[in-house]
Amino acid sequence: MSSVRVLVGTRKGAFILTADGKRKDWTVSGPFFAGWEIYHMKGSPVDPNCIYASQTSGWFGQILQKSEDGGKTWHQPGLKPGEPEMPAFPGKAPNRFEYDTSNATGNPLTTHQWYDGSQHPWEFKRVWHLEPSLTEAATVYAGVEDAALFRSTDGGQSWQELSGLRGHGTGPHWQPGAGGMCLHTVILDPSNPKRIFIAISAAGAFRTDDGGETWKPINRGLYSKYIPDPNAETGHCVHHIAMHPDRPNTLFMQKHWDIMRTDNAGDQWEKVSGNLPTDFGFVIDVHAHEPETIYVVPIKSDSEHFPLDGALRVYRSRTGGHEWEPLTKGLPQENCYVNVLRDAMAVDRLDDCGLYFGTTGGQVYASADAGNTWAPIVRDLPAVLSVEVQTLP
Amino acid sequence: MSDASTHAVRVELPYHLRNLAGVGEEVVLTLAAPVTLATVLDALESRYPMLRGTIRDHGTLQRRPFLRFFACAHDLSHQPPDTPLPPAVTEGKEPLIVLGAIAGG
Repeated sequence: MSSVRVLVGTRKGAFILTADGKRKDWTVSGPFFAGWEIYHMKGSPVDPNCIYASQTSGWFGQILQKSEDGGKTWHQPGLKPGEPEMPAFPGKAPNRFEYDTSNATGNPLTTHQWYDGSQHPWEFKRVWHLEPSLTEAATVYAGVEDAALFRSTDGGQSWQELSGLRGHGTGPHWQPGAGGMCLHTVILDPSNPKRIFIAISAAGAFRTDDGGETWKPINRGLYSKYIPDPNAETGHCVHHIAMHPDRPNTLFMQKHWDIMRTDNAGDQWEKVSGNLPTDFGFVIDVHAHEPETIYVVPIKSDSEHFPLDGALRVYRSRTGGHEWEPLTKGLPQENCYVNVLRDAMAVDRLDDCGLYFGTTGGQVYASADAGNTWAPIVRDLPAVLSVEVQTLP
Repeated sequence: MSDASTHAVRVELPYHLRNLAGVGEEVVLTLAAPVTLATVLDALESRYPMLRGTIRDHGTLQRRPFLRFFACAHDLSHQPPDTPLPPAVTEGKEPLIVLGAIAGG
């Protein structure tokens, strides 16, 4: 019988929630890496028992963890489990994210715009998002702050920057959002291994069609009042992007404000906020089997990061946007003032598509019927930073 | 001191780094003179490579901002890394303490 494994990253550790295909009885394991911020965990589509985790701390910096047994045990790539005192691995470190400034493959360490308008050099802070390759078990991508994309081809033992992105000519105009200048979204095109979509707060969305060597901004159609030129090529605060694997040219975006869609791989975006009560928010995702069914969690505003009227509502559109319906059954409809952060929603791929999202109040809500009804599967975790789901045979 | 040419230096680690390295509160490192912050951290990272980048930056080797180095009731955090450590540390009587700043929630 199929089962699901929900990977939850929180402010104070990682948790793994498991259930069989009925998704009624859940087992919670963790905390793993207790006391550390776990920005993201994601399993490999090639080997679901291989899971990567970004473990970070303001004190101790970045750690990259990997499990090869579905999350039961963890180790830093290159360090075998149970052998913590192995000799140093020369030239490699699983937590070394060094911007590539070499003449042969890199770009000069340029500057980006700082909060006060001055120019500021790129500084690595943490990994926001890990995206394992769709086809190569040992390849994984990391989106980091300050914004850059790294790739590992040795299972996370070492990382190389795809510096064409950071070196894009618009780089000096990129600036951090309130959460930092993070590369938070990495989407691999299942139909074209050379094509990758990424998004940066607050620079916008970018696409490569040559495996990461060169990049182009794909922000035409985005309109942002908070930048001097609302239609600028870059500077838009994209919060998250989602794709259905059967429609790789169609992307759905939750921007700071506005829900957007593109049907030509980002060359032109269209606003599809429609009848949403507010179109500010962070998460967006697509139904596993219905490419035009999408989900968002509207948040009141950029000044008040909680649901409108204290009522937690997921909104679903079955028409790819424009027309939205609130989904409330099982969700708190009063006195709810949590947030749902950008990487904290995911779907499973069971026949009756399951949805999951985590809140800054520590709840993880699940729906086993495509959003019609919801129930918390765990209530009192630390603030949830990310949720990913693995559908297991 | 282990013998005439090597020193057994005690290093006290903060909670999260102990867990990361899979060790107790204190580790003992054997290293040759000179015993400085830099040589002790080199030896620590060589023996426990999972600590690389957690105490000092991979590239610049600068101390991470929220960490401090204490020994013999003195803050050594701002001393040049090639400064010899106090004799009590070199002789193993006192530990070099790697300390996380008190902050956060």
